[in-house]
Amino acid sequence: MNAPHTWRQQAQRYLLEGVQCTACDHRMFPPRAVCTECGAASMRPHRFCGGGEVYSYSFVYHPPAGHEEFAPYPVALVRLDEGPLVAAQLTDVATDDVAIGLRVEMVTRRVREDSADGVIVYGYKFRPAIPPARR
Amino acid sequence: MPSHLMRPVREVGIAGYGAYVPRYRLPASEVGRMWEGSEAALPIREKSVAGLDEDVVTMSIEAGRNAVRRAGIDPSQIGAVWVGSESHPYAVKPTGTIVAEALGVSEYTLAADWQFACKAGTEALQAAIALTGSGMAEYALAIGMDIAQARPGDALEYTAGAGGAAIIMGPAEESIAILEGSVSFVTDTPDFWRRQHERYPQHGSRFTGEPAYFRHVAQAASDVFEALGTSADDYAHVVLHQPNQKFPSRAAAELGFRPEQVARGLLSNDIGNTYAGATMLGLTAILDQAKPGERVLAVSFGSGAGSDAFSFRVTDRVRERQYAAVTTRQYIERRVPIDYATYTRYRRQLAE
Ligand SMILES: [Zn+2]
Repeated sequence: MNAPHTWRQQAQRYLLEGVQCTACDHRMFPPRAVCTECGAASMRPHRFCGGGEVYSYSFVYHPPAGHEEFAPYPVALVRLDEGPLVAAQLTDVATDDVAIGLRVEMVTRRVREDSADGVIVYGYKFRPAIPPARR
Repeated sequence: MPSHLMRPVREVGIAGYGAYVPRYRLPASEVGRMWEGSEAALPIREKSVAGLDEDVVTMSIEAGRNAVRRAGIDPSQIGAVWVGSESHPYAVKPTGTIVAEALGVSEYTLAADWQFACKAGTEALQAAIALTGSGMAEYALAIGMDIAQARPGDALEYTAGAGGAAIIMGPAEESIAILEGSVSFVTDTPDFWRRQHERYPQHGSRFTGEPAYFRHVAQAASDVFEALGTSADDYAHVVLHQPNQKFPSRAAAELGFRPEQVARGLLSNDIGNTYAGATMLGLTAILDQAKPGERVLAVSFGSGAGSDAFSFRVTDRVRERQYAAVTTRQYIERRVPIDYATYTRYRRQLAE
């Protein structure tokens, strides 16, 4: 992943910004040029709320370059509350607590670091949702 | 004597606030076991430790998101994103721009990092007061956040914690707590420092108590009392910078506060010393349960050395905002104890 490519994806990675079809309101993440539902080609940006649940998961023991220090770590397909499935790392979670249906929320964390003197890449991960406070 | 109280021309207050504390906890007994044996005297019960994928940027983003939720504003209205810390992930490249972009703040904003040991966050807050109080910006975000550094085996290792808070200053009429005035008091005191390229700070142990912490905290607080005609009895709660349990407890008592006025904002037993985050985080714990009309005094301390003291009056709006985001107590209770070996990995000390 080179630096200019990373920089162009920042709205996606920092704000979970996808698109919404202006014809049928279908919401997509990551952004697409053509609606996967109705085929229209007119989109507006849409920021997802960040809530969702684990649809499926796995554990990574042999991570790709830049992710070594986090291993082993869980990755999941998260079903966002607005519909799309997103592949992401889970964080702040014990191995035994990872389960299908787990309520999660988006957080921004260090995603990769190629070297100690290079750029740090930040992006979305998901962690078990902290329930709303009660009085 | 002229008053040293500062007050902006336009009345401002806290429009929103948010906390963040990572979930890992290192019991002080683990540090004692490693270096001094089981008989070690422990300055706190346990301290917070950040996970491997966390740093001052990620922690500031979460606290900032909580502050935006409580303020109920469009983040594009924020005119400054200022982060005070002594553990910014980059030596050169601002934390503020990353946080601003992750919060959805407009590209037309001030963004910078502040440095003044543990006072960096409240220094940013003073600047946010000035920026909003002058009308240059409608809202300004000040963050105090740290992952405190301590050399293995140093006395600081018991307490050097991780966490902090974000405060959005804005117009008084939209505020949770209105600013009554503030004082900043600094001197050149060599109590604690870290040279460029050094990984861990040094401290002159004879300087950390009387001429540093106690002198600056007491001076700034009593200047606020004098200028506003208040005393400890006028405040429902006080939060002082908290490097441990003992210093803020003693300084507060000397200013005339009773233990029950100190308790709610004193978090060091649960999370340690969060450096630039400590005073602001204690303030969020107070605001989470504050009642309209209550007065709150907040006094930071940063080595080098100086204190900022702020007098706030809580408004009717506090009740509708308190539960609009995760509370400070929720973060504190979301705890996962770890042992010294895990701590060493999380602090990336294995490769040294
Ligand atoms: Zn469509």
